[in-house]
Amino acid sequence: MSLSAPKFVQPLSPHHTHRSIGSPMSFHASTPFLGSTHKLRFIAPIKLNPRSPSTVVSVSDVVKDKKRKSTTNLLITKEEGLVLYEDMILGRSFEDMCAQMYYRGKMFGFVHLYNGQEAVSTGFIKLLKKEDSVVSTYRDHVHALSKGVPARAVMSELFGKATGCSRGQGGSMHMFSKEHNLIGGFAFIAEGIPVATGAAFSSKYRREVLKEADCDHVTVAFFGDGTCNNGQFYECLNMAALWKLPIVFVVENNLWAIGMSHLRSTSDPEIWKKGPAFGMPGVHVDGMDVLKVREVAKEAVERARRGEGPTLVECETYRFRGHSLADPDELRDPAEKAHYAGRDPISALKKYMIENKLASEQQLKAIEKKIDEVVEEAVEFADASPHPPRSQLLENVFADPKGFGIGPDGKYRCEDPKFTEGTAHV
Amino acid sequence: MSADPKVFLMGEEVGEYQGAYKISKGLLEKYGPERVLDTPITEAGFAGIGVGAAYYGLRPVVEFMTFNFSMQAIDHIINSAAKSNYMSAGQISVPIVFRGPNGAAAGVGAQHSQCYASWYGACPGLKVLTPYSSEDARGLLKAAIRDPDPVVFLENELLYGESFPVTAEALDSSFCLPIGKAKIEREGKDVTITAYSKMVGYALKAAETLAKEGISAEVINLRSIRPLDRSTINNSVRKTNRLVTVEEGFPQHGVGAEICTSVIEESFGYLDAPVERIAGADVPMPYAANLERMAVPQVEDIVRAAKRACYRSVPLAAAA
Repeated sequence: MSLSAPKFVQPLSPHHTHRSIGSPMSFHASTPFLGSTHKLRFIAPIKLNPRSPSTVVSVSDVVKDKKRKSTTNLLITKEEGLVLYEDMILGRSFEDMCAQMYYRGKMFGFVHLYNGQEAVSTGFIKLLKKEDSVVSTYRDHVHALSKGVPARAVMSELFGKATGCSRGQGGSMHMFSKEHNLIGGFAFIAEGIPVATGAAFSSKYRREVLKEADCDHVTVAFFGDGTCNNGQFYECLNMAALWKLPIVFVVENNLWAIGMSHLRSTSDPEIWKKGPAFGMPGVHVDGMDVLKVREVAKEAVERARRGEGPTLVECETYRFRGHSLADPDELRDPAEKAHYAGRDPISALKKYMIENKLASEQQLKAIEKKIDEVVEEAVEFADASPHPPRSQLLENVFADPKGFGIGPDGKYRCEDPKFTEGTAHV
Repeated sequence: MSADPKVFLMGEEVGEYQGAYKISKGLLEKYGPERVLDTPITEAGFAGIGVGAAYYGLRPVVEFMTFNFSMQAIDHIINSAAKSNYMSAGQISVPIVFRGPNGAAAGVGAQHSQCYASWYGACPGLKVLTPYSSEDARGLLKAAIRDPDPVVFLENELLYGESFPVTAEALDSSFCLPIGKAKIEREGKDVTITAYSKMVGYALKAAETLAKEGISAEVINLRSIRPLDRSTINNSVRKTNRLVTVEEGFPQHGVGAEICTSVIEESFGYLDAPVERIAGADVPMPYAANLERMAVPQVEDIVRAAKRACYRSVPLAAAA
């Protein structure tokens, strides 16, 4: 597929009627890349075996063997399907509640919602063990929820209360949970990628240097299309492939970075191609279909666990809301939004489960009701929780409490019981 | 931009999005996409591109969505922009402006709230400006763009929404303020309060409160962190004999530290009380609203410090 060289002068004015996704553009021939694609491109060493495009997308030898053993040709069992459905409904209801709470003034600052992208989070994170790590960007509420952080802890964190997962210190963009191995929550995009690569490095180090033989923890790094223009991304692709680190790089390509279209900012918009340039497989998958994502994720995570190195997975997805709750979202074409709204991952999974008799309408409704109650309870819990006490302001600046140095009386400041009572410097 | 075709604007979301905080609204329509460039999210890349363009005589205005993101490009600001004129013995000048919001906004967390005035203010080869009012912003930005040296222009997100009275002189198209000159926003005779950016507003409110208690405070709007207007500050302290410096950034090695030292070095004999330094709390900015309020100086803190400098008794620290 050829791309004519993009012109330096972007021929767009603010009144330009925005082109919808499918129409040809001045520097981009019509392409199978955008829109749903049933082709999955693995570059060597995994061979591609195309099958019927109905439900199965990714095939590798390992996956094909597993399929022969199962009695049905469905991708998931009933239990798995219910787990996936519940997780996506939790993500969606939670984010909708966040929007309500923001407009009521209960949370503040920057809030970035994940509506529409649930398939990526659920598809990947539900395959991970508790010890596997997840690193995300500021759009991290649903990654936290999928990884197992309780909804009430996430909601309290958003309200800035002491019972939040970061005790109110971090906020929407900085969700951390050591217990669930969610190591952030980073506000600068691409900042999380080297950190994730480091987490993968530590897993490999523990296995090989510290001889913890069963340490096969995998790290999954989530980030967006805008991040793929940043230098840190390329540096980490190089090092992860060089050192064969157990990491999966997941690009949630929702085509927009605030108001900057992916096509306007990237010389070659097909991000999956950048993997093979560094010697790792690059995969493109339809991120609006949780089953397809899950298939690819299985393969990528297993690869990492076996020690074969990193994978770059590009999930084509879409965010139904604006970049953040403060974004007027004027630049996106309504036709594009409608196109993707029609491919809502939750409706797609619901349809699949009902058609294949994995669950009934009532069972799914019962799950939705249960999740509504969970989210309501989370809000009540967060409302009732206390604000952080004054003393928390000075806590945890250093892991070593002596970090604040020696006070005027010659003793360590941390030994003064009054030290944590006020601000450090007024 | 209308006066000089070599001036162009480059940054994330400055064009079609009309600016992340709507600062560059309408510019794309007026000057076209060749002069208002939307960049990918590549701070190091586009800051470097700006510096290279400046080497060859163009006048880029590089916008960082917040100055926190300038940390990804700080190598170019310091090493390729600030130091070039010196390293090349004057052959290369870098007429570039780096601008964007600096300091804390409301509830945006630790990675979006740092104040960079003291870091950039320490660097020889850079000029650092911090406007407060609309008049400051207009005059200083014009001066910055016309200046043949790299200028770091630290704005403030919360000040974008505030309105200020503007004189007719300021609206004139050639209105320009000198770089390196502070402004005395309010005359007084008992204590000198120096501040920059958002803290000037707080200092003025504190001065109102102090006036009711019989303390006449002189408020200096620094406007220029580098070069610092030491003579205005020292002359003011020689008149009032007391100093309170206010800033939002971290206390150690901050702007206040430099001002206090300058006053002690040059006007020690005139001081009637120890210098008072107010800064943000020595912690990364917390997210929770009550903790955030405690981490940033408030008007009551300035009032208390001014009273301490005047040897009045003060109540205990304000409650959260």
